Amino acid sequence: MTEPIVEAAQSEDLVTGPIVEVTDLHVSFGPVHAVRGVSFAVHPGECVAIVGESGSGKSVTARTLLGLTGDEARVRATSFRVEGVDASGHRERQWRAIRGRRIGFVLQDALVSLDVLRPVGKEIAETLRLHRAVPRAETAGRVIELLREVGVPEPELRARQYPHELSGGLRQRALIASAIACHPRLLIADEPTTALDVTVQAQILRLLAERKRDGTALLLISHDLAVVAELADRVLVMKDGVVVEDGPAGRVLSEPEHPYTRRLLAAVPMEHAKGARLSVLEGEPARPIPPRPPGEVVIEAHDLVKRFRSRTAVDGVSFQLRAGRTLGIVGESGSGKTTTARLVLGLLAPDAGSVAIDGRPWEGLTATERRELRRHIQVVYQDPLSSFDPRFSVRRILAEALDVGGEPRATRRDRAVELLEQVGLDASVLERRPLRLSGGQRQRVAIARALAPRPRVIVCDEPVSALDVSIQAQVLDLLADLQSELGVAYLFISHHLGVVHHVSDHVLVMKDGRVVESGDVRQIFTEPRAGYTRELLAAVPRIDAATGVTVRKAS
Amino acid sequence: MTRRVLTRLGTSLLVLWGAVTVSFTALHLTPGNVADVLIGSSIVTPEVRAQIIADYGLDRPLPVQYATYLGRVLRGDLGQSYQLHESVASAIGAQLGASVQLTASALVFAVVVSTTLAVLTARRARWIRGLSSGLELVGVSIPTFWTAILLLTVFSFQLGWFPAAGGDGFSGLFLPMIAVAIPITTMLTQMMRENLELILDEPFVLTARSRGMSDLGVRLKHALRHALVPAITLLGWVVGLLLGGMVAVEQIFSRQGIGQLTLAAVTGKDLPVVMGVVLITAVLYVVVNILIDLLYLVVDPRLRGAA
Repeated sequence: MTEPIVEAAQSEDLVTGPIVEVTDLHVSFGPVHAVRGVSFAVHPGECVAIVGESGSGKSVTARTLLGLTGDEARVRATSFRVEGVDASGHRERQWRAIRGRRIGFVLQDALVSLDVLRPVGKEIAETLRLHRAVPRAETAGRVIELLREVGVPEPELRARQYPHELSGGLRQRALIASAIACHPRLLIADEPTTALDVTVQAQILRLLAERKRDGTALLLISHDLAVVAELADRVLVMKDGVVVEDGPAGRVLSEPEHPYTRRLLAAVPMEHAKGARLSVLEGEPARPIPPRPPGEVVIEAHDLVKRFRSRTAVDGVSFQLRAGRTLGIVGESGSGKTTTARLVLGLLAPDAGSVAIDGRPWEGLTATERRELRRHIQVVYQDPLSSFDPRFSVRRILAEALDVGGEPRATRRDRAVELLEQVGLDASVLERRPLRLSGGQRQRVAIARALAPRPRVIVCDEPVSALDVSIQAQVLDLLADLQSELGVAYLFISHHLGVVHHVSDHVLVMKDGRVVESGDVRQIFTEPRAGYTRELLAAVPRIDAATGVTVRKAS
Repeated sequence: MTRRVLTRLGTSLLVLWGAVTVSFTALHLTPGNVADVLIGSSIVTPEVRAQIIADYGLDRPLPVQYATYLGRVLRGDLGQSYQLHESVASAIGAQLGASVQLTASALVFAVVVSTTLAVLTARRARWIRGLSSGLELVGVSIPTFWTAILLLTVFSFQLGWFPAAGGDGFSGLFLPMIAVAIPITTMLTQMMRENLELILDEPFVLTARSRGMSDLGVRLKHALRHALVPAITLLGWVVGLLLGGMVAVEQIFSRQGIGQLTLAAVTGKDLPVVMGVVLITAVLYVVVNILIDLLYLVVDPRLRGAA
């Protein structure tokens, strides 16, 4: 392996001192003060994590270290050093010498972070070429070496492929390869595993841990405390641009001092929180949610099969769901869980098998009968913004759903307000449009819309995956309350095992269109029988309440 | 992949067949005797008239006439113009070169200039963008014939840099090309800049910057290719519009071209030529759009794998 030529002679101090060091960093965009007085340092071989929810300023902080905050940003700090050199006055030219060469940067979701119109090999070669890290003739060979280094099988083939031809995990590895091509001393990873399946996430975290062992410093940006716990030596918790807590990872995660950190930790759905509310107020014990006895069968799915061309997306799936209960379907991308949901909703016709809602099967119904039956089964999607007409006000969104539900015109407004109250919103949002609502409010409106025709069952397809953990906790609590009040059943689809564990009574574990295991939630999560379930559970990072260190269940 | 190409070619043939059928129908829906319609406003001897009836099979039933017509078109025989006293094919052939030359050069000019402008002005200081979009607004709003007259007055009559009429080679082509290219250039610039500005916000652009790439490098190597995809779509549409729609410019610069030919044919009721022009335009349009589909595959690898 050719070691890239080091441009500047480094003194001993530079090798051992912090790679980046900022004191009292402020970043503002016009009137918005996004980062207020953040200080930290990252040393070689150390992993510092910045944790926070959206809008906390964590990503802006990361970008500042690369001079990538944009023209509108105003950055100031009492001290801002990169490898011991004052970077506060750096111009674009100097930053470019740092980017990719001294500091590597990995963003989430390689499908959008890699240029989809270029082969991944070219993207990796780009970093090498820009910094003339290796002679031109050796670039191709070096790209293959790098792909092998990050654990991509058949690197010669993969280098020629485009991002859309690679799986999520391989794509993310290729992205990491492009960031570490010049062996930067610091690697910044902004939500590096957020879009990935849990088993793939575990692989990527392992890869990052390897880099760290080799002496690369890591700055990890994440909303997920469990992910951070696995790698971080030091954790900074940010909220509204301010670091509210800062300390060794073990201490912050096991004995959080700041109420916000405590709230974040409590909001993570974990075993001990099962059956209780997640969004606890300070000093208040977690209130349990009164369980309801199961009612009659509302969904009966029998031996469902759905093929797309030669691929079998759903293969022999059967289950039963009773009123007032929740059935969780868990699986990684491509496992067939969303196709199953669409079959249940009557949006797709199965190639074999049948689905009955309230004892009435979809097949053989006339269009009018299907519409009538559709009132009994509603759906809440991951991203409500794309399922709302952006020009509709909340009032119109709800009115439309109430109309479908046969609500008379005269009582629609009252009923709309009542629905909003049920989901914890007040009448003031009626005239607002979806874009003007926060993510949590939007999801509440989506739930209100689903409730409008008084359905027997609601299909929730990744309903909290796009939400911050504290908002996720509130929405999960809301769903639980509504179930206990109204006796509605949920078919709850998620790739997030913790969430499924928290909400479900029964669970189906799916892989490649088949149900690999099904049963009571406690049995599945404590004594999984199928090897695949054990593999999934083992891959989930968990925070041990006592030590604050990530523990993985032995498989 | 092969199947897709075959389907594409099949539908193209259908379009051409449609164009042939439409001109045949138009011929028969024109009021008056078909032979008279074909002869138009010229005066012919009874022998020629009899020849026309025999050539088109006008004394035979309609389906046979249709088959005869289709057969002739397939052999490349577009008929005779009884006004120009030559075959339609050679009449069009004589004019086509000039039109294709003008269209192609205007397109190349438009693409080069608008790409450069879009790359240079996207996400720049407010005054740069303001200046550029102001000019674009002017460019789109001024009618082409007016631009043509203006160019002619200034550069040919006053400055004498370019010939005022006809002219060979590049010097004769330049002013008409500019006149035709201005509205296309401005439209393309606006669209590409808007696209570029959206694309420059994409995460992969940030990633490219984080590798140490310069701003210009990011624009040229990453963003531009993404912005080209919708621009190509627009170009396909523009080509169809241009081929027959340059009458005014041809007239003002006294150039030869399909537009002039069509104008003369329509005013002189020379139906064989009109039908010929319709067919040739359809063929060119189809060919250009096939090329554009191939261009998509070159630009966007995601489309290559799609079944």
